[in-house]
Amino acid sequence: MAIFSVYVVNKAGGLIYQLDHYAPRADTEKTFSFPLDLVLRPHDERVVVAFGQRDGIRVGHAVLAINGAEVNGRFTADGKDVMEFLSNPANYPVSIRFGRHRLSSNEKLMLASMFHSLFAIGSQLSPEVGSSGIEMLETDTFKLHCFQTLTGIKFMVLADPRQAGIDALLRKIYEIYSDFALKNPFYSLEMPIRCELFDQNLKLALEVAEKAGPFGPGS
Amino acid sequence: MSRPPGRKQDSHKISRELFVLTYGALVAQLCKDYEKDEDVNSCLDRMGYGIGVRLIDDFLARSAMKKCRSYSETADTIAQVAFKMYLGVTPSVTCSSPAGNEFSLILDKNPLVDFVEELPAERASLCYCNLLCGVIRGALEMVHLAAEVTFLQDRLRGDAVTEIGITFLRKAEDRKHKRN
Repeated sequence: MAIFSVYVVNKAGGLIYQLDHYAPRADTEKTFSFPLDLVLRPHDERVVVAFGQRDGIRVGHAVLAINGAEVNGRFTADGKDVMEFLSNPANYPVSIRFGRHRLSSNEKLMLASMFHSLFAIGSQLSPEVGSSGIEMLETDTFKLHCFQTLTGIKFMVLADPRQAGIDALLRKIYEIYSDFALKNPFYSLEMPIRCELFDQNLKLALEVAEKAGPFGPGS
Repeated sequence: MSRPPGRKQDSHKISRELFVLTYGALVAQLCKDYEKDEDVNSCLDRMGYGIGVRLIDDFLARSAMKKCRSYSETADTIAQVAFKMYLGVTPSVTCSSPAGNEFSLILDKNPLVDFVEELPAERASLCYCNLLCGVIRGALEMVHLAAEVTFLQDRLRGDAVTEIGITFLRKAEDRKHKRN
């Protein structure tokens, strides 16, 4: 899966649509005996692996479930603190499931607004007048492509760095938006997009783009 | 409406007559609902506005236009690209003020009035195609250009030509600082 997600941000910076398109990430569940060879630490509202990567459990993975019961942030299902629970040898052997934490919808909203502000700053910093704003943000694991229309809507696509044809995909998403969201008489402008047809056509477009784009070996 | 090739979904065309008839039925119903011509005109303008704010994104997506850098470029784009794309006609553009913010679009062919000869006597000040004014106004507003759009002359009312006047209101100073 080379295209990870699509975000649509309205003029005011609010997220109006979000789609995650990657394959479900592999969670790893293993049984451990005391002492735990992974180094865990609390981070935000979760417990993450800080060191001791092995067997598919990577640094940054969060504790998702203990003994089959999903954890609630930093606490187990029955309300005990996870760090305390795991430092008590009486609780072992214990089966822990690790995986990458998915962003909650609140976090996505916040990140989208933050990007909107960064975008505004980016275009102000430009030495030339009339700059387009941030078009691409590149990291080693993904590229974020952004396209802002003349009406102020931003379309963002997170994709594999090797995926090509994202510019065309962004224009296509703009067309799909103008067709299935705007032409829907019951859709109010600037509001979250809840149109079935928009979803379907967007997924179709993503699949077409993934098939067409060349990506390197081992993706 | 012309669509770019490669779009497999419904490329069947809808009859032009049906569109013109629908518009005519809309105006006729509004005339029954409202007594005063001004009310009908403003209702048509509001409807057009609602269409314009949505149509602009469709126009920009299909025509892939870059930002217009001047009012005259904007007026030319409206006449030569937008009208051509949606109504199949190309009005001519003239600039009617030395300040460069008032333009006139002269339509020699208007598909919406294909079947209308003249307005009835009691509806002398009706702007039959006022929907178009609303569409242009709504579309311009979404690209941060405030404008007043009215019919300056109308063949249906006895004038020689049909002329739409676009007056761009002074917001040029904001545009430089506003992030578009």
